[in-house]
Amino acid sequence: MSVAEAIKTETPAEKPEQVSHKITGKDVCVYYGDKQALFDVNLDVREKQVTSLIGPSGCGKSTFLRCINRMNDVIDGCRVEGEIKVDGTDIYRSGLDVVELRARVGMVFQKPNPFPKSIYDNIAYGPRIHGQASDSAELDQIVETSLRRAGLWEEVKDRLDNPGTGLSGGQQQRLCIARAIAVNPEVILMDEPCSALDPIATARIEELIDELREKFTIVIVTHSMQQAARVSQRTAFFHMGVVVEEGATSDIFTKPQDGRTLDYITGRFG
Amino acid sequence: MTDMDMSNASEKQTDFSASLKKRYAAERRFRAYGLTAIVIAVSILGILLGTISFQGTPAFFQTYVQVDVYFDEAVIDPSGARNEQTLRTANYQALAKRGLYQLFPEVSERREKRTLGKLLSSGAYRPLSTMVLDNPEIIGTTQSVWLVTSDDIDTFNKGQIDRNTVEADRRVKDNEIAWVDVLDAAGRIDMRFNTAFFATGDSREPELAGIWGAVVGSFLTLIVTLSVSFPLGVSAAVYLEEFAPKNRWTDLIEVNINNLAAVPSIVFGLLGLAVFLSFFGMPRSAPLVGGLVLALMTLPTIIIATRAALKAVPPSIREAALGVGASDLQVVTHHVLPLAMPGILTGTIIGMAQALGETAPLLMIGMVAFIVDVPSGVTDPSTVLPVQIYIWADSPERAFVAKTSAAIMVLLGFLITMNAIAVMLRKRFERRW
Ligand SMILES: Nc1ncnc2c1ncn2[C@@H]1O[C@H](COP(=O)(O)OP(=O)(O)OP(=O)(O)O)[C@@H](O)[C@H]1O
Ligand SMILES: [Mg+2]
Repeated sequence: MSVAEAIKTETPAEKPEQVSHKITGKDVCVYYGDKQALFDVNLDVREKQVTSLIGPSGCGKSTFLRCINRMNDVIDGCRVEGEIKVDGTDIYRSGLDVVELRARVGMVFQKPNPFPKSIYDNIAYGPRIHGQASDSAELDQIVETSLRRAGLWEEVKDRLDNPGTGLSGGQQQRLCIARAIAVNPEVILMDEPCSALDPIATARIEELIDELREKFTIVIVTHSMQQAARVSQRTAFFHMGVVVEEGATSDIFTKPQDGRTLDYITGRFG
Repeated sequence: MTDMDMSNASEKQTDFSASLKKRYAAERRFRAYGLTAIVIAVSILGILLGTISFQGTPAFFQTYVQVDVYFDEAVIDPSGARNEQTLRTANYQALAKRGLYQLFPEVSERREKRTLGKLLSSGAYRPLSTMVLDNPEIIGTTQSVWLVTSDDIDTFNKGQIDRNTVEADRRVKDNEIAWVDVLDAAGRIDMRFNTAFFATGDSREPELAGIWGAVVGSFLTLIVTLSVSFPLGVSAAVYLEEFAPKNRWTDLIEVNINNLAAVPSIVFGLLGLAVFLSFFGMPRSAPLVGGLVLALMTLPTIIIATRAALKAVPPSIREAALGVGASDLQVVTHHVLPLAMPGILTGTIIGMAQALGETAPLLMIGMVAFIVDVPSGVTDPSTVLPVQIYIWADSPERAFVAKTSAAIMVLLGFLITMNAIAVMLRKRFERRW
């Protein structure tokens, strides 16, 4: 399927109403030690939409994504400047509760990384530590709902006690998505969630992302232009640490404003 | 294809196979070296274990002589009050000797009698007092009792003293040999499993010396070592690995911990002497002090092993936990530590095994003292297995050679068990992510 076709068939028309921004990034600069990885990035993410970040390898997509739930905090020597707001609150202001932020902004990683615990415990862990379930029945309910939403329930309902690491790669990734949505976040960040998966598993996850859009704001990093076209409403093109272009997915893929974007989506580099 | 191409191609082909041959040869040679190294290592180990068990096995057996002892009331309890103290401290030695003299009525000269009495160990009478205390009724009766022989007779009976050597070069004289032969012919000499070896403390007499005191001492010492070094080491490692900022200070600490692991153990002994004994005035040769000294020594091992185990936990697990909103402490306690635990335990057991075999620092804090009693607490004076080996190896009596090897066997047994547990833990909890 070509990119243009994908857009025509899969991208819903954008609603013209007022836009509300869930996340706003203003003049974001990120340094790894002395090396600057992001240069004055300005990027807004709209609520309850899927925004995809595309761009050649090493351009800073993951870096930006990890800024949104302050996952960069754990990297030694990583420094973030500028301002990132989620729901209008600056998430880098001092005194902000990072744990609470991460509960609101969940993340799915490139490589499926279930805990080496049972499937049940993988999902139940988040709600447990946040005290989101008052009794075990409620917790069971959360586990079931999350697994259902992630489209994994039918496959694992009989073996919730088996280790999550025993699932196939695609199932593991859906387990990780279920784990992320179990704490009922507002935003889900996904860093190349399908890069380790086969086309069928990828298709399932793309479907899933489309469904999740109803409840969650999703930011997804992807190397597949088709995928960006299929699942996202907005697309931002990163190149060498700057956002070259950001707009409706259909616009980016059909009438890019910048030469570099055109080169990238037509496969001339990257 | 032209001729030129053809020749080129075939030339490349031969080149390739020649180098391949060389590579195979190198590989075979390498394997041969490896195999040789293993064979050498295994045979050295075999020789070592072989000699030790060859020398040590006799110590697990002890020669006994059967004597008919008359429990004479006039000697044991002349007053007839059956006072426990009197019964305990009566002169049973005289009774035992009297029983032996009766077997050889022809021996009447005093000096000869004394030599005859020396067939028995100086502690041979001990079971008699136990018998009487258990059952005072036997006073006034004659009982047939198996008594421990002296170490020389024991050694002779085990065939380690040759009766054909010149009498002057022999610790067992001709008349003694004659008596033993008579007793043997009467079925009064027997070799039995030496249960006392595993039940008593040290003694000046090799035939009475046991390992139990040292085993208990080692156990108490290790308990102290473990309960100090494990929590301290693990907390230090967790803090350094998971929470400490990476700066010059933590670098300095890290370097120092690594250096500490290389410090000769006797230095820790000196430290213990200066700090625990001189400054804090703790008791000498007590498992408490020994354990503390060994804890200092084991600490770096545990810290290093724990840090390695923590590092081995994949970052993806940490990210996963952080990603659902776990706090740093929760990440560590819920995920990282449980996953690292097998590695931590393995390192700890290996550290404990090292501590169990350590001698030098314990000599410094006085654990080399001669201690007969089995310790009953961490402040009682006691000895430990390796020091016991050292003491016995240093004793002149022939029979202590076997005791030394036997003690080494016991120590090796403990070490092998501990290492086996470490291997099992590693196998059992090996992680597949
Ligand atoms: N932990 C780190 N330490 C130092 N430099 C880093 C680190 N992570 C990323 N970088 C650098 O920052 C830049 C952006 O990296 P980033 O991972 O954001 O790229 P990316 O767009 O996600 O690439 P990819 O598509 O290959 O995942 C790169 O030049 C990279 O080398
Ligand atoms: Mg990336």
